[in-house]
Amino acid sequence: MARGTWQPIQILGKGPWSLLPAQTWSVLTDFVIFAAGLSVFYVILLLGRTWLGPFNPHVEISRDPTKLPMYAAYSLLRIAVAYVLSLAFTLVYGYVAAYNPKAERIMIPLLDILQSIPVLSFLPGVMLAMVALFPHHQIGVEMGAILLIFTGQVWNMAFSFYSSLKSIPRDMREAAKIYRFNWYQRFTQFELPYAAIGLVWNSMMSVAGGWFFLMACEMFVLGSRDFRLPGLGSYLQTAASAGDTQAIFWGVGVMILVIVLLDQIVWRPVIAWAEKFKMEQVESADVPRSWFLNVIRGSRGLIRLRKRVIRPLQERLTMHFVRQHDSTEDAPPVLWKVWTGRAIAAIAVVAVLYAVTRAIAMLTGLDGSEYRELLTGAGATFLRVLAALVIGAAWTIPAGVAIGFNPKLARVAQPLAQIAASVPATALFPIVLLVLIRIGGGLGLGSIVLLLLGTQWYILFNVIAGAMAIPTDLREASDLFKFTRAQRWRKLILPGIFPYLITGLVTASGGAWNASIVAEYFRLKDKTYTTVGLGATISRASDAGNFDLLLASTIVMAIVVVTVNRLVWRRMYRLAATRYTLET
Amino acid sequence: MSEAIIQACAVEKYYSQADGNRIEVIAPTDLSISPGKIVGLLGPSGSGKSTLLRMLTGLSKPSSGQVLWHHKPMDGHIPNVSIVFQSFALFPWLTVLENVEAPLIARGAGAIERHKRALKMIDTVGLDGFETAYPKELSGGMKQRVGFARALVVEPEVLFMDEPFSALDVLTAENLRSELLELWLNKKMPTTAIFIVTHNIEEAVLLADRVIVLGRNPGRIRSDFEIDIPQYRDRKSPRFLAYVDYIYKTLTRPEQEAPAPGKTAGQSANGQPRMRTKFQMLPHARPGGIAGFMELLADRDGSEDLYKLADELSMDVDDLLPIVDASVMLGFAELHEGDVATTPEGRAFGEADIQTQKAIFRKAALEHVALLRLIENTLHAKRDRAIGEEFFRDILDEHFSAAEVERQFETALNWGRYAEIFDYDSESKRLFHNEEADTVPSPGNH
Repeated sequence: MARGTWQPIQILGKGPWSLLPAQTWSVLTDFVIFAAGLSVFYVILLLGRTWLGPFNPHVEISRDPTKLPMYAAYSLLRIAVAYVLSLAFTLVYGYVAAYNPKAERIMIPLLDILQSIPVLSFLPGVMLAMVALFPHHQIGVEMGAILLIFTGQVWNMAFSFYSSLKSIPRDMREAAKIYRFNWYQRFTQFELPYAAIGLVWNSMMSVAGGWFFLMACEMFVLGSRDFRLPGLGSYLQTAASAGDTQAIFWGVGVMILVIVLLDQIVWRPVIAWAEKFKMEQVESADVPRSWFLNVIRGSRGLIRLRKRVIRPLQERLTMHFVRQHDSTEDAPPVLWKVWTGRAIAAIAVVAVLYAVTRAIAMLTGLDGSEYRELLTGAGATFLRVLAALVIGAAWTIPAGVAIGFNPKLARVAQPLAQIAASVPATALFPIVLLVLIRIGGGLGLGSIVLLLLGTQWYILFNVIAGAMAIPTDLREASDLFKFTRAQRWRKLILPGIFPYLITGLVTASGGAWNASIVAEYFRLKDKTYTTVGLGATISRASDAGNFDLLLASTIVMAIVVVTVNRLVWRRMYRLAATRYTLET
Repeated sequence: MSEAIIQACAVEKYYSQADGNRIEVIAPTDLSISPGKIVGLLGPSGSGKSTLLRMLTGLSKPSSGQVLWHHKPMDGHIPNVSIVFQSFALFPWLTVLENVEAPLIARGAGAIERHKRALKMIDTVGLDGFETAYPKELSGGMKQRVGFARALVVEPEVLFMDEPFSALDVLTAENLRSELLELWLNKKMPTTAIFIVTHNIEEAVLLADRVIVLGRNPGRIRSDFEIDIPQYRDRKSPRFLAYVDYIYKTLTRPEQEAPAPGKTAGQSANGQPRMRTKFQMLPHARPGGIAGFMELLADRDGSEDLYKLADELSMDVDDLLPIVDASVMLGFAELHEGDVATTPEGRAFGEADIQTQKAIFRKAALEHVALLRLIENTLHAKRDRAIGEEFFRDILDEHFSAAEVERQFETALNWGRYAEIFDYDSESKRLFHNEEADTVPSPGNH
């Protein structure tokens, strides 16, 4: 048992960190933290001013590396705002779906469908709507980008929160009920903590996905209109367009730096902090740690802030809800609330019906050749996604198993792979395309490379995890029985990594369909590179402002993705869960 | 006796199915909890002990009848009670102190007051020094101490305990039990009554002033009596053993209400035929366990007192009774007044080699177990000798609750596969006839 827990009684406000020595060091950290906070505030203020500034349809993106920090800040802020929106939406949506059985029946299948719709096809519609909403301010385009990132981030988070709430152990729920927890206490003391770990991991995945979309939507053309937002994505695209290799290196370097910093300053501390929310009965030996979290915990200023401001605030909030709970306990359900709920439901039904009839009207406007294009496009993209998955699996399975079986190799390879994977594929697209053009490859096969770029990592990481999960005694048994190499793969390794491989392939397949929208159609140096494919159709339709075709192609892609999920991946999942689980 | 704190009037719990059929979990039951007493609720698994506890605490509403709190209906409110859970149900992200404070926050106690009360209670259960520890740093016994502190800190009128010691090892459980008793007897516990659900017979006789024994299918009160041995009780005393023996008799004699010892000594008639219930309920025992039990009995000249067996094997009722019931159902053993004795078939089963054991089991199963006979006949009638499991689940559905259907089916699957009556494919979820079964040697050959 940890020695550190044998502390004297914790008296009000005196946290366990107060036992830390290093007073002088702490003053320095206080100063650094204060300065950092101030600069973040300044940057936000600065960015906010441009957001509210007049709409400028022709933002010039400079290739000057000194502008990069500012561009990085712009991109970061977009991601941050979109993430906060996603989190708020997640909490509300998950909560309602988990506790309202009537709503649940609609909300969860809806989530499943929304997850399958390729986000990038939302781009034109969202942008036009936002620009129409704020025609005179830059904030319109910004909001468009943020909303787009939001739609890319939110679904898996909402799903994670919902399923966490649904899986809270019955005993724990009953304890909360028998001890009369009110709504607020229930939420803060056991629902949110219980869901915390799932939320943290899904947030990380979502934000990584957010970079992917942000890079794509910072600079794009819609019919005759050219939308540009200052940011890392637009910088890279501009650099690639101009063939400026030096600027490209600078851009990619800053991108990697930002992602590594984000990992060190945000995700590692959050993961280390979230460790206490694990539902484990005994303390695990291998606990995630973070230097940054230790610095924050050592800061006397923050401890004082916690004691003087946050604790009393929490206390007042809690007591407020206790009193409210006591007074509302006997009240019957309020009539106006019931009717408001019904009214919202009715409005939603009417809106959906209207949208469906309008959509059908739009779809009937398409002619035969366009339908044929959709079908051949779907076929071509399907083959490309398949090829990307097969190629991805072909190199990641042996590599992943080698890394997973060899701890020494894993220590070197894993961080490298993580950095490589963290660079959003869309940021690299212009560069890869540039190379492809130089060596004379067409986009027909080249787009497979682009798809591979974004999706292979999901497979690799899952295969590594799967190989690590194969128990050593099984490996020893296969040595003992002198399995041949083929036997080893067939009887031990492939069945062992199967569930992980499937998880990786599912994620990769979803990502590949989405990426096809940017991979099959590209504008570089005023030239358009394109190939046959559903993704190309979507991009071309939004480029030309052909909304009938855009809608039709988006629907086709969603249908294909949902069908493949139902017919292939779900069955594979079931097989993995029933036959290939390593359980005792 | 003073006035009842909680009174259950004809409470009943059932689940309605789509076709209007009702699965009864608890038959209409009257029960009351009075101040100054420890009430022990005993019963085999599936007798609805936990369901009854949840209805008494207001956590779950009875399907009919009502629960009164000081003569007033509860109406969905949670009265001033606490529960100590088998799984502890602590919040792993809160420290010991925060866990104990949580119920006080819910009741609106100010920071200083709840701090004082929580610290005092942590001290009472012997956990001082661990205030800032997280539950995962504590052993099982210490976790349950936190569970007690959290339950007692709100000074509940009735303290409910749902198998509070079953997740602990034998020694820790014994230690906690005696400390609990000490707190209670020395009036250090801010509660006026205790209601403890258990499947450990000795635990009930050791702690309780009054024991209620439940029967199952559906759950109902089989016996309700006082234990008039002064505390602290000696486990080896004849009176103690008489109560233990009596409870075993009650539990193993399904349809007969035996009188309590001391009132009219156990003179009731024996050898009464088992009453057929609506549908034969399989005890959840594994063939391997039954075989082991038979071998054990064979080593003791074929007969033994149940409570002695349980004591020696340190098995709870929940573990031992299903095996005993299964042996009786298969005709391998007979019960007389809490004694279990092997039959010739049982002895043969215990002593045979693996293949012969299977053959004997197969014969007994087909003879005595209606469900397995039904499966065998259905498979024979089908041309392709295979059928989906849904068919049998639907039959079970008409008689048991969803969880019980699951267990019944699993047990039938276990027995049937062991006896090679059928085979089962878990992917297609189909049962099919085992061709090899016809070549299994008959028991007569040996």
